[in-house]
Amino acid sequence: MIEIKDLHKSYKMGSNSLHVLKGIDFSVKEGELVSIMGSSGSGKSTLLNILGMLDEADNGSYFLDGMPIKNLNEKIAAQYRNKFLGFIFQSFNLINYKTAIDNVAMPLYYQGMKRKERLEKAIHYLSKVGLADWATHHPNELSGGQKQRVAIARALASEPKVLLADEPTGALDTKTSYEVMELIQGINDEGKTILIVTHEPDIADMTKRIVNLKDGVIIDDTVVNQVKATANV
Amino acid sequence: MFNRDRWNEILEALTANWFRTLLTAFGVFWGIFILVILLAAGKGLENGVKQGFGDIATNTMFMWTQTASKPYKGLPKGRRYNFKIGDVPSIREQVPGLLYISPRNRLGGFRGANNVVRGLNTGAFNVYGDYPEIIRQDPINITSGRFINYGDIDDKRKVAVIGEGVRKELFEEGEEPIGEYIKIQGVNFMVIGTYSKKSNNGDGEEGQKEIFVPFTSFSQAFNYGERVGWMAITAQDGKSITNLKKDILEVVKTNHTIHPEDNRAIGNFDLYKEFNKINGLFIALKGVAYFVGTLILLSGIIGISNIMLIVVKERTKEIGIRRALGASPWAVRGQILLESIFLTIISGMTGIAISTGIIFLINKILDGSPTNEDSMFANPSVDLTVVFIALFILVTSGLLAGLIPAQVAIKTKPIDALRTE
Repeated sequence: MIEIKDLHKSYKMGSNSLHVLKGIDFSVKEGELVSIMGSSGSGKSTLLNILGMLDEADNGSYFLDGMPIKNLNEKIAAQYRNKFLGFIFQSFNLINYKTAIDNVAMPLYYQGMKRKERLEKAIHYLSKVGLADWATHHPNELSGGQKQRVAIARALASEPKVLLADEPTGALDTKTSYEVMELIQGINDEGKTILIVTHEPDIADMTKRIVNLKDGVIIDDTVVNQVKATANV
Repeated sequence: MFNRDRWNEILEALTANWFRTLLTAFGVFWGIFILVILLAAGKGLENGVKQGFGDIATNTMFMWTQTASKPYKGLPKGRRYNFKIGDVPSIREQVPGLLYISPRNRLGGFRGANNVVRGLNTGAFNVYGDYPEIIRQDPINITSGRFINYGDIDDKRKVAVIGEGVRKELFEEGEEPIGEYIKIQGVNFMVIGTYSKKSNNGDGEEGQKEIFVPFTSFSQAFNYGERVGWMAITAQDGKSITNLKKDILEVVKTNHTIHPEDNRAIGNFDLYKEFNKINGLFIALKGVAYFVGTLILLSGIIGISNIMLIVVKERTKEIGIRRALGASPWAVRGQILLESIFLTIISGMTGIAISTGIIFLINKILDGSPTNEDSMFANPSVDLTVVFIALFILVTSGLLAGLIPAQVAIKTKPIDALRTE
């Protein structure tokens, strides 16, 4: 599903440049649940951003579902993001003045779907994350866990090939974190490919494979025995 | 473009900070307001000044005889001559594009002696021998009876059309003048009509004290033979009398053996030229109004642009989220552009509505006040064209105002936008 080879990325900081990713080789097969770990500054978020076409690599190749992702213009990148990827952020990134259902329907809006269909689909995914009753609430009326679940519903709404989660539990307490992870595991069990960036070992243990990043290179890539989140709740 | 979400979002963005939106809108409102008021005031001034021309056919020249100022073909300088009635057909034949040629003779004049008698009443009036077309060149308002017609010309009928001023002096209050006789320099003429006249530059009183009689009967009664004292010549629509004037004068010069370069032999006045001068003045005035109005509008637009920049800045994160979810650059740009166009049009239309409302009020006050014929200001108005031009300016300027902010909005990478807190 995801194939990257010899990926390099550096940021310009004034006169000197910061080499963040120093040749990453990495692939993810369909249905995997992968966590990317590392201390801050290890380049894990940068990697995720490049995978999410939010940022562009300086060097190296990236194939998503067999398609080369290179030199995309903004329009095509936006289309690919919309069609192939779903994002889950640490700070939820919901739009505050829109209701939960409108937030979930947003990617569908950019697909050009009709309003009625859009709302039907949105309510379907909201009920999947257990928030159907909260459809008309604004984000500021929801708890952190609920917000993240709305964000997950939003990421699922466009039926993407891959879900990318950047510290999805970073802003949540342990209990809520496990609830969210339980949801993510459930989605993975249905066959969705999911990548999670985290620095919490217990969250990483709930995935099927842990990739360890340090100073811009992969130092460890092991398949682990998945800990079911339900056990911890 | 016209879907619900987009409009919801526009309203959402604009109502997020009411006071700021209002202040921004005021800039454009004020610009368009000034533009419309200036244009209307210019139009009002134009109407007022043009009212001074009365209903006179403006594409008209007048000419009269003076003395030759150059010797020519053995004829001396200082020679007097007269137009002849034969000049009319020869001008018509040789100069195409003329609508009316009205020869005229006149009795009386400025401070003339009493020349008209009826019973015990006498008065000094201008008496004109005219052709029927003159009423189309210098319109008068027939209040009773009729004007001279070609029957009168052909039969040389001794009939007269008198002004309301003449009627007041020669007839008793309430007396019916039509069918009565008045004696003009000893010759009886029957009154067949009365008229009143709109003022020409404040000589309203004088304008009512004129008597029109058929040209032919005038010549016969007062021994003018073939002489013609004065002519009013109007060109056809679309042709300019100013251009034809040279040809007309040339014909007359040939007919009367005047030196071709003698510019003083024929006195003339080109009304069209004067009219065009004034027209030019008003075109310039309109230009100034557009210039000033547009500049004021421009400052309003810069205000909108400025606010949109701030809005974009405030929404950087939201724009980042949208782009992560798959909003194309055009979707983002379109949103910002639409917002700014919407804001400009709403505030601009308010400006147009309020300014036209004020013009309406002014018109009402002007209409209510006693009509002052010499007023320099009448009926200020803007036509639909102006409104459409203003609308066009608004849409364009809304686009322009949104362009830079929209560009800023998509220039930031989604990842940078997302990082903004």
